[in-house]
Amino acid sequence: MTALIETENIGKTYGSVIALSDVSTVVNAGEVTCVLGDNGAGKSTLIKILAGVHQHDQGSFKVEGNEIKFSSPREALDHGIATVYQDLAVVPLMSVWRNFFLGSEPTTKFGFLDRKKGREVTKKALSDMGIDLRDVEQPVGTLSGGERQCVAIARAVHFGAKVLILDEPTAALGVKQAGVVLKYVAQARDRGLGVVLITHNPHHAFPVANRFLLLKRGRALGSYEKNEIDINELTRQMAGGAELEALEHELRGVEA
Amino acid sequence: MTVTAQAPPATDERLSKPRAMDQLIKRPEIGAMLGALLVFLFFSVVTEQFLSVGGAATWLDDASMLGIMAVAVALLMIGGEFDLSAGVMTASTALVTALLATQLGLNVWLSLLVSLAFALSVGALNGWLVMRTGLPSFIVTLGSFLALQGLNLGITRLVTGSVQVSGMRATDGYESAGFLFASTFQVGGQSFYVSIIWWVLFTVIASTVLMRTKFGNWIFAIGGAAQSSRAVGVPVVRSKILLFMTTAFAAWLVGSINILRYASVQANQGIGLEFQYIIAAVIGGCLLTGGFGSAVGAAIGALIFGMARQGIVYAGWNSDWFQLFLGVMLLAAVLVNNMLRRRAERVKR
Repeated sequence: MTALIETENIGKTYGSVIALSDVSTVVNAGEVTCVLGDNGAGKSTLIKILAGVHQHDQGSFKVEGNEIKFSSPREALDHGIATVYQDLAVVPLMSVWRNFFLGSEPTTKFGFLDRKKGREVTKKALSDMGIDLRDVEQPVGTLSGGERQCVAIARAVHFGAKVLILDEPTAALGVKQAGVVLKYVAQARDRGLGVVLITHNPHHAFPVANRFLLLKRGRALGSYEKNEIDINELTRQMAGGAELEALEHELRGVEA
Repeated sequence: MTVTAQAPPATDERLSKPRAMDQLIKRPEIGAMLGALLVFLFFSVVTEQFLSVGGAATWLDDASMLGIMAVAVALLMIGGEFDLSAGVMTASTALVTALLATQLGLNVWLSLLVSLAFALSVGALNGWLVMRTGLPSFIVTLGSFLALQGLNLGITRLVTGSVQVSGMRATDGYESAGFLFASTFQVGGQSFYVSIIWWVLFTVIASTVLMRTKFGNWIFAIGGAAQSSRAVGVPVVRSKILLFMTTAFAAWLVGSINILRYASVQANQGIGLEFQYIIAAVIGGCLLTGGFGSAVGAAIGALIFGMARQGIVYAGWNSDWFQLFLGVMLLAAVLVNNMLRRRAERVKR
């Protein structure tokens, strides 16, 4: 089976800044690839390349076995790669259904918006994902953070995305809300989508992911299948491993 | 026991019957409607001519010239941009038409076409500059506003030796073009200018595009969150440039109505009007930050303008009071808009 996305030694520089170098990973259908790393680790650069916002300048980037370089997010979308950004997922002042169909609006044969269809399909697509909204006419800004992420995820699933890239979907959420979002991530996975989940919380990553890619300062710190690593080791590596132990030691000194 | 299948309820049971007040408050133009009603009632009581057919013809005409522009500016503002060159563009387009027809002897229809092409290219240039540089449109169009003002005066003086172009009546096609842009029609024994029809038509088209088409959806989206829209495949640059071109088109329409009605044009016309357009759009419910507003609202905003301006004349007051009225109206509108926006954006975590 060819992987949906495969990168080999991919890299990106902005002028003299090396934002990302030598990162290899794979995204398969029905699996979650989790990208972990602290701030500035290169997570955003990696997903921006996958989403067509930026272009890589080293290594190879294959989509379903074909070497590719996207020139725009639209092109990535046309290849079935949909991205849900942490704070850019939706337009707050627009209604749920208008957000849902943004960029792929349903029209009648005269070219007008098919508002009835828009509302009905939105409601149905959301309830298929287990999201039960009271009113699809309400502005998205009135939804909770978790609900907004869910609308964006449902949108990507509905419009036939093969790969779903989620940028820190749980970052600004409370524990319960984060759990709800992760449930929809698992649901998207079980529907056969390949998911790229970006997060800096290993506790969110571990339950849903099939493989982990750890980034640090623009480089891959490690790449593990789920059976190769446990959550404690993952947390330790993410937090900087030895560095953290040294810090803990120092802090103990302060207390004493 | 038989179980009868129940039809699923048409509406969600968790929605209490929406309160009429809540339904109304969602509409961006509601404040303007109330304001218009108040102004209308006030001047109908205070003055005699205001409510007469002749009075209505006057304030409707005043509102129409402003309204065509206010509606276009509202679309642009919902799309998240400003156009300060909109006022002076109404003079530029009239000057181009007049200079071509009177100085080069071109047919008026041809002059109008050239003028339209000129307007659309200025609009496209404005849009392109804003998108290309990433600068606020406020500053970019302030530049084009000053540049056009200079060109209007400079070229007119160079060609005619004065600051006005006149003599349109003697040109080819003046009558037929005038019929389309500057004729009158009779209602109740009183002549109404055809500009009122243009205003209504333009508002209907703009509102339909905004509420019922794909492009309208994009206008709200690019004004509300340009980056998010781009991420889901909305052509942000193209849409914004089109909006600047729409404003320029409206300026051409108003410029053409002006030149064909008065047969002459002053090179310094239109300066300062750009703020009136923005004010009318804001009174009509447009947010200064984009992403929210209404075309119908802007048209009503212009109607308030027209009624108040003419009403003050009928009441025999000094026109200074109009500015005071305008200021109060604008502040009230911004406060109401802000409240609506907070309701819409209220975040529940």
